[in-house]
Amino acid sequence: MAILLPLAGVLVCFLWPRRAKPLGLVTALGVVVCVAGLGWQVVEQGAQRYAVGGWGAPLGIDLYADGLSLLMLMVTAVVGLGISVYSSGYFGRKTAAVFWPLWLFLWAALNALFLSADIFNLYVTLELLGLSAVALVALAGGADALTAAMRYLLVSLLGSLFYLLGVALLYHSFGSVDIVILAERVEPSPAVWAAVGLMSAGLLLKTAVFPLHFWLPPAHASAPAPVSAMLSALVVMASFYILLRLWLEIFPLNGAALGQLFGLLGAAAVLWGGIQALRQTRLKLLIAYSTVAQLGYLFLAFPLGTSFAWKGALYLLVSHALAKAAMFMAAGNILRFGGHDRIADLDRVAQRLPLTLTAFTLAGISSMGLPPSGGFTGKWMLLDAALYTGQWWWALTLILGGLLAAAYVFKVVGYAFTPAEVTHEASVVPARMEWTALLLALAAVLLGLFTPWPLALLDIGFPFGGGYAG
Amino acid sequence: MNWDSGLLLLILATSLLPGLVIFFLPEERVDIRTTLNMAGAVIKLVLVGVVIWGVLHGHQYETRLPLLPGGLDLVLHADAESVLFVTLSTVLWLVTTIYAIGYLEGSPHRSRFFGFFSLCVTATVGVALAGNLITFLLFYELLTLSTYPLIVHRGTEEARQAGRIYLRYTIAGGALLLVGTVWLYNVAGCVEFNHRGVLAWLDDSDREALTAIFVLLIAGLGVKAALVPLHGWLPRAMVAPAPVSALLHAVAIVKAGAFGIARVVDDVYGVEFAASLGVTGPLAVLAATTIIYGSLRALFQDNLKRRLAYSTVSQVSYIVLGIAIVGPIATIGGLVHLVHQGVMKITLFFCAGNLAETLGVHNISDMNGVGRRMPWTMAAFTIGALGMIGVPPLAGFISKWHLGLGALDAGQDWVVVILAGSSLLNAGYFLPVLYAAWFKAPPDAWPAERSYGRRETAWALLAPPVVTALLTLAVGLLASAPFSPLQWARFITTQEYAP
Repeated sequence: MAILLPLAGVLVCFLWPRRAKPLGLVTALGVVVCVAGLGWQVVEQGAQRYAVGGWGAPLGIDLYADGLSLLMLMVTAVVGLGISVYSSGYFGRKTAAVFWPLWLFLWAALNALFLSADIFNLYVTLELLGLSAVALVALAGGADALTAAMRYLLVSLLGSLFYLLGVALLYHSFGSVDIVILAERVEPSPAVWAAVGLMSAGLLLKTAVFPLHFWLPPAHASAPAPVSAMLSALVVMASFYILLRLWLEIFPLNGAALGQLFGLLGAAAVLWGGIQALRQTRLKLLIAYSTVAQLGYLFLAFPLGTSFAWKGALYLLVSHALAKAAMFMAAGNILRFGGHDRIADLDRVAQRLPLTLTAFTLAGISSMGLPPSGGFTGKWMLLDAALYTGQWWWALTLILGGLLAAAYVFKVVGYAFTPAEVTHEASVVPARMEWTALLLALAAVLLGLFTPWPLALLDIGFPFGGGYAG
Repeated sequence: MNWDSGLLLLILATSLLPGLVIFFLPEERVDIRTTLNMAGAVIKLVLVGVVIWGVLHGHQYETRLPLLPGGLDLVLHADAESVLFVTLSTVLWLVTTIYAIGYLEGSPHRSRFFGFFSLCVTATVGVALAGNLITFLLFYELLTLSTYPLIVHRGTEEARQAGRIYLRYTIAGGALLLVGTVWLYNVAGCVEFNHRGVLAWLDDSDREALTAIFVLLIAGLGVKAALVPLHGWLPRAMVAPAPVSALLHAVAIVKAGAFGIARVVDDVYGVEFAASLGVTGPLAVLAATTIIYGSLRALFQDNLKRRLAYSTVSQVSYIVLGIAIVGPIATIGGLVHLVHQGVMKITLFFCAGNLAETLGVHNISDMNGVGRRMPWTMAAFTIGALGMIGVPPLAGFISKWHLGLGALDAGQDWVVVILAGSSLLNAGYFLPVLYAAWFKAPPDAWPAERSYGRRETAWALLAPPVVTALLTLAVGLLASAPFSPLQWARFITTQEYAP
């Protein structure tokens, strides 16, 4: 249902472009309800497996939902609803007719991806996701956006291609693409190593890990604000999710060396992204580089490898999704209100949008990992895991990353406190755009106070039970 | 949730909720804002009164919420030490709120100001009530964030520069504290504050790690407590509006740092265990250096608030010194100075604010004869200044007496020399101010005088310093009365050094 409903929404919006907005909103609400229903089912009855069309695993398409997928689905639902509400205020009628079908399509692809139980399905959904994302980037029009979209398209295809090659190798060697079956059959061999290499490379490219991040800032920064929000918050989650699934379930035993490599790349991303963000003069670029840094944190979990670290990374991912969506929305509001996003000239705009600024700051607090926030919880767990396993240098990276984040967030926030005179002119930013950003940011912060429930969720279906978990 | 555990949450809520509501109030709703502020402050005071009564009668107040996996809870806990700090912040918050209402009358962004002001107090009270390090850390960072907007409130280039520097120091300090905390949890498991310390049972093999953790924690806390060389932000932060400086210097930030050090030494490591690690000696030397250095710098400042700021650097280290001299009497001196310094310093900053607001006097060189124009204000200032110097029977004397006695008792005679030297320096930077104010002839015109009719200044500006000056007198004169800060500090100390 969670997949079919947005697809139906796509069709409806496509058929009646004039009504795209209300139809899209109704669909969005429907999807949220579906996900909540599925969530209830999973929490009550444990992990769910559903064979589409009644055909079993080796032949047909299986959908599988455990705690991990559920968490992803729920975050997507929450952020998705936020983006939907925000977009309903953001786009004019003409763009809306194009935006809504694409966005719902992207949402459907995401949901399908999180529910897929085999690596080929993952490929298909990843490809669909990439294509709709590229189309959305191009929505802004203009040369910049088109160039960025084009580059994004190439990267996306390249990444998927690598991944597909890996899938093909595995299928050739073990005769299946189902995750569970593969997990049983896989044994170390050159083919497996090649597959691991190819798939990882593809996914790293798509997750924009340093040094493969070059495509992300322009793409994320030149898209319209709601699109940036969904790219930075949701789309990047997808490829990381696949990587996590592969790593945890199919190749649970392959070597610490690769894990260390991932960790190194992650650490480099954290530092490089932070420094670059600090150097930006445009708000949206700053936020985009902050995404690069935040994604870097996730990869620090690989060398640590304890279940505590995985959960910490996922917690970071979730709070990143909420916070980053809020940040881009806030940037969108500022851009809409002041017509520019030059950080140095921000004061006159920022002071008249206190809600937006609050949203940005709260989201920033989560990105810095200051308590209480989801970012802090995740970071604490990673720190704890780093010290527990005696790998203190990762802890150092985490701390440095936090300091850099603080530096670039306050670089922006500082401009709110200037004696620029306040004039009382009507705000042209719709209230719902301000409130959506604020609520999402608030959610990221509150996530730090209500940890037990999401973490318990992760244990459903024991995604961290096997192999590498400690 | 029963009444006992809910009470502490209520204490937090009495400043948090008004703060959040105030953010959304339009600028001109002065009446609602004032009512909310005052109601919150008064209710908090009453609730704190209830807790004091309870703690004296051996009641346990504790609230526990799960925060992080691995059994890390958000613990709010009222013991004698936290009550001391909570009471201080609650009383001074009430006074400062009145002052701030008078001070900021008619200036822009008041809703924002009072919103963050309330958040700041919430964080301070949270710091006081924290029952373990992680809870402490949480409120400590909240304090950093909620004071930043207050420091840059004026929005001038100078204020923003000060804000940037403040953040640089405190966020780095927070990071150190975070590392220390995580590490400590890794080494020692779940650590909650306890009167006798909780680490003494650990293996000898962990001693090096524990020493390193101690350094990290103290460095993190020392930033806020303005220990030399981590004090750089404090003199700059005085560009904030006077009520903010008053609260920052007397209660909120520097005290949170000093209180944190007290917690770490007394309740995490345990005084005796810390001494056996050999970490208290260097801490005492650091505190002594800070005391002398702060006083020396204060001597050469002409700006009144800057001089007061350096004086804070110096005075707060008395608290740290008292804790680091291992001995019951010195601990009493340190803890009691936590309160006394707060009361005295807030008086001085209120007075400095009054001079600036009413006469436009910012520098000591402009203060000639100011006592004739504003006798009440300067009388309060005089009491505060004499108290700082340590003239009996004022508050500062009680603290210094106990510190000196405690040092002798612990066999650390050099501390007495430091105390004497510092008192001399205190006199050196306060007495000329007093002399100029009372005995020199006033100028023909003040830099920027505002007229308040027959009174010397607005009552909301005048009442707070007078009240706190009277408090300074009272806690000194009535030091042996029940419920005085001194008796309370004794009560705490008996728990820590009980056989």
